[in-house]
Amino acid sequence: MLYFAWVRERIGRGSEVVDPPGEVVTVADLIGWLADGSAVHSAAFADRTRLRAALDQVFVPLEAVLGSAREVAIFPPVTGG
Amino acid sequence: MIVVGPARINAAEQFAALSAGGAGGIATFVGLVRADDGVATLELEHYPGATEAALQRLVDEARERWGLIDARITHRVGAMAPGDVVVFVGTAAAHRAPALEACAFLIDRLKTDAPFWKKETRGGETRWVEPRGSDDAAAARWSV
Repeated sequence: MLYFAWVRERIGRGSEVVDPPGEVVTVADLIGWLADGSAVHSAAFADRTRLRAALDQVFVPLEAVLGSAREVAIFPPVTGG
Repeated sequence: MIVVGPARINAAEQFAALSAGGAGGIATFVGLVRADDGVATLELEHYPGATEAALQRLVDEARERWGLIDARITHRVGAMAPGDVVVFVGTAAAHRAPALEACAFLIDRLKTDAPFWKKETRGGETRWVEPRGSDDAAAARWSV
């Protein structure tokens, strides 16, 4: 897992390794599983409409299937330029 | 060419590199840290690897769509002050229309497609910048 911007700040770290159970199929499932396991994650992920994700460094919707992805990033909408 | 890093951006050097390719027209966009709303410092965070890849995809698309001779995006990250250059986008083409259109495409789509996050400090308080709906609209006009 990689976290950026205020998601990273609220979780208190920029990365962690997780091993979700088989019923975690999509990015949204993974977010829900992490939130269920920790108050810190639950608070950081409280408003799902403000979360975006990438699988192996490519932007995907939260409904995307994790498949064989090795790197999942969760972050707020981007604000560059 | 894509560069993402903490070094100060020298727009004159960027322009000189674009001029060397024999283009008939060059368009540039230079984004600066705004000083007019009390911002003391701006901090830019990015997603190393993914950010560069996203910018490269945009440059590749622009080159193909407008037949560019050259295209450059240089984006600064880390802490910066009002007046500093945040981003330089430059396109070189045979004529003005493709250069101007491709330059607008690159900065519009950079705003929505590349993972960067801005944090402002003003009056001792920091806050993450919220995205603007107008940025989504500007990016959407380039959809084919």
